[in-house]
Amino acid sequence: MSERLLIRGGRVLDPLSGTDAERDVLVEDGRIAAAGARLDATGARVIDARGLFVAPGFVDIHAHLRDPGLEYKEDIASGTRAAARGGFTTVCAMPNTEPPCDTRATVEYVLRRAGEAASVRVFPIGAVTRGREGKELAELGDLAEAGCVAFSDDGAPIADAMIMRRALEYASAFGRPIIDHCEDPSLAKDGVMHEGAVATRLGLRGAPAAAEAAMVERDIALAEATGAHVHIAHISTRAGVEAVRAAKRRGLRVTAEVTPHHLTLTADAVAFGCAGGDALVYDANAKVNPPLRERDDVDACVEALADGAIDCVATDHAPHAVIEKLCEFDDAAFGISGLETAFGLCMRLVHEGRVPLARLVEALTLGPVRALALEAHVPGIGTLAPGAPADVVVLDPERAWTVDPSRFASKGTNTPLAGVALRGAVVATIAGGRVVHEEEVAVA
Amino acid sequence: MTTVRMAPETTLTPDSPGESAWSRRHLLDVDDLTADEVELLMTTADAMKEVLAREVPRVPALRGTTIITLFYENSTRTRSSFELAGKVLGADVINVAASGSSVTKGESLVDTVKTLQAVGADVIVMRHGRSGAPYLAARHAACSVVNAGDGMHAHPTQALLDLYTVRARLGDVRGRRVVIVGDVLHSRVARSNLWLLTSLGAEVTVCAPPTLVPRGLGDTHEGLLPPVRVESSLDRAVEGADVVMALRMQLERMHGGFVPGMREYARLYQVNAERLARANPGALVLHPGPMNEGVEISHEVAHGLQSQVEEQVANGVAVRMAVLWLVTRTRAKGVA
Amino acid sequence: MPIAPVMSPDDIRRAVTRIAHEVVEHNRGTRDLVLIGMRTRGVPLAQRIADAIAAFEGETVPVGSLDVALHRDDLTERGAAVKVQPSDLPEVAGKRVVLVDDVLYTGRTVRAALDALIDYGRPERIQLAVLVDRGHRELPIRADFVGKNLPTSRDDDVQVRLYESDGDEYVRVAAPEPLEVQR
Repeated sequence: MSERLLIRGGRVLDPLSGTDAERDVLVEDGRIAAAGARLDATGARVIDARGLFVAPGFVDIHAHLRDPGLEYKEDIASGTRAAARGGFTTVCAMPNTEPPCDTRATVEYVLRRAGEAASVRVFPIGAVTRGREGKELAELGDLAEAGCVAFSDDGAPIADAMIMRRALEYASAFGRPIIDHCEDPSLAKDGVMHEGAVATRLGLRGAPAAAEAAMVERDIALAEATGAHVHIAHISTRAGVEAVRAAKRRGLRVTAEVTPHHLTLTADAVAFGCAGGDALVYDANAKVNPPLRERDDVDACVEALADGAIDCVATDHAPHAVIEKLCEFDDAAFGISGLETAFGLCMRLVHEGRVPLARLVEALTLGPVRALALEAHVPGIGTLAPGAPADVVVLDPERAWTVDPSRFASKGTNTPLAGVALRGAVVATIAGGRVVHEEEVAVA
Repeated sequence: MTTVRMAPETTLTPDSPGESAWSRRHLLDVDDLTADEVELLMTTADAMKEVLAREVPRVPALRGTTIITLFYENSTRTRSSFELAGKVLGADVINVAASGSSVTKGESLVDTVKTLQAVGADVIVMRHGRSGAPYLAARHAACSVVNAGDGMHAHPTQALLDLYTVRARLGDVRGRRVVIVGDVLHSRVARSNLWLLTSLGAEVTVCAPPTLVPRGLGDTHEGLLPPVRVESSLDRAVEGADVVMALRMQLERMHGGFVPGMREYARLYQVNAERLARANPGALVLHPGPMNEGVEISHEVAHGLQSQVEEQVANGVAVRMAVLWLVTRTRAKGVA
Repeated sequence: MPIAPVMSPDDIRRAVTRIAHEVVEHNRGTRDLVLIGMRTRGVPLAQRIADAIAAFEGETVPVGSLDVALHRDDLTERGAAVKVQPSDLPEVAGKRVVLVDDVLYTGRTVRAALDALIDYGRPERIQLAVLVDRGHRELPIRADFVGKNLPTSRDDDVQVRLYESDGDEYVRVAAPEPLEVQR
């Protein structure tokens, strides 16, 4: 890639170096060539970033690309296009595909397909157990060698504590963490939303916060017992967050991620829709696992993101077909198509003064990189250091826009945010030195 | 083509509020009915009751209207009650038994509703095993949707007929003490009754083992949940009660770990003569049916003087006639 | 909107008295007579006729009320008629029923009343008494006893108020503004 690209005049936020200043960023041969004041770049294509922010490309360590096997919901091409629109230059693909990513062959398919059709970098996450059934370990060594950056049975918890223990021990040989979807199946059984007053109002079976807290505590205990690294997927409860914070204080190798929707939306969105009002709507687009919870849980997650108890934001992008959501609430699929709204939704926290923009950017870049130790796979990823891959985003934290799922690049239009006004948009995304997304520039 | 002008006739009742009295196309729950709307339902049911008492209990009010009952769950009593209500009003009633509820089992709910509408349904009376299903139907229906019971969520016509029955005997429910005893967690009848009775100023106590009380009920969740007292002892709850409503206890609850078994449940929560004696004299006993005599209610009380069970069923037809009448008032048909 | 007064309270009183006499004369007494007022204003009128008969004839005639809302054929076009109340009828089988209403216009309300009445039993005969006949019949229906014949145009609004139902007493016609006259 010999194209030269100059991103000029933007305010650069680079969490690794702590930079927060006006800089030009020069990209050459797919790498960051330089970042400095008033760079000269003859012959380079110029992206005018004056009045805008420039940051490393976002890294999503939790997305469901549905490919292979469920391409009607999403595939690697559409999913990575959606990622690019959302400002993500790296996406980690969860293994709950069909067949699941539990053998080298499927991993190689994912990587090959990504090489052919992906707009951004794709890291596969391998299954922990064969078939994700939670009974026997998958060939973690082979999966690691094939290119998996972590292991998870996500979608499902690793319910058997002994299996989780063995997995932690075994995976540590390969320097990969186990990502656990913490949900005690017997407590959460039949629950289609958060157990509480809203579920009671709607007459829906709920899963209690304790279902998450119980397994988070278990995983922390196992991390301690094994000395291995456990990463808590999509944490959503105050109890879970507090357990993670305490574990970190004790120096245990526990990391955690949170989704944009768990930082902003509550169970009220299920009952009344994101637009609010008093009429019950039973919005299946707000049906997600873990469910949208109470205001107190949301506040706990926001505080934890701000103070670092939660390491990073991850979208848990979960696209579904229209008919899988246009049905009775109990029967609707769980999941929110979130890549394209992640930044705009998280910006609410910045505008409310609860999380500084720099911290949000860190939580979308260096945070996830460190949580899964991705720098071991791609040095410099998540930074704008010279020599790092040319993964850059240009952001406009003030740009107002309204969420219109019919314009998503993702095949999944399942979002509770349809029609909602957000403030904060990704103006351009550069992945590996190529411009993979660019908003239309308003004619002056 | 001449248009017939309908000048305002002076036979409009002077105390009738006219168009503004009822503007709902659907009846999905009782949780947001205004006091005026409830009153209108009650007085309309009075009129319907009088029709049922006639030598020839038939009126042409809904002639040309097509009512389709779409029941995803079996129910002889509710379905036949709606069917009769429609027929007394002169409507054409078609019963559709739908099995299953998800896309994988057949036509989706939205497609089914659209098909029925295309067939010519003016009103779809729907019973479904999933909470919220009628809301989905109403969003996609141009015709009226009447909820005949959805999952664990609501059963508006049952609550209305229960209210009608209580009012017939006790008058205004404001300040009256009502005890609802049984599996409140899984009971849509209980939930709708809680909303309706508390909105009209009744003091409602829910009595059940803690495992069968929905989360949040009894705490303050203003606007989200009705304000009720929660009591786990029936002996205490029934003191001074004017109305005791017993809910059906299902055998399956034992398997879910909700109660140890029917024997213990009956011992602690059965509405029997001894407990009824602690309520106010002349207290009414209600049950939505079908009854498990010997479990949640004793045979003696079920068929005793204070039992309103038969009245409930009779009133059910009149109340459902009132509901069908009112939801079809908003239907604007083209004038030829 | 120009409003023309048509009947004062005294005019109404005299009309009711005359109708009461005509009813008794036409039926040769009060045997088997039943007065049924059509809701709402027909009801107090029926009672007044019964009271007048009681005063000059010394006989009590049973009075009932009939709500025809569920029998109307123009329901769907109205939209506004929501309220329906129970009817309250004495025995009608074999009786000479006099239906009483305030205004006779298209005749559709009376047709609905006839339908309703027949569902209660088989009267020997049915007669109709109205305070005001404003013309424009759409069905072959005529009143046997009329308080006042009032030619109107279709756009006119005939307003009847009675103390018992409205707290006031008069009959007026409100004509539309000249600009609004429709052809």
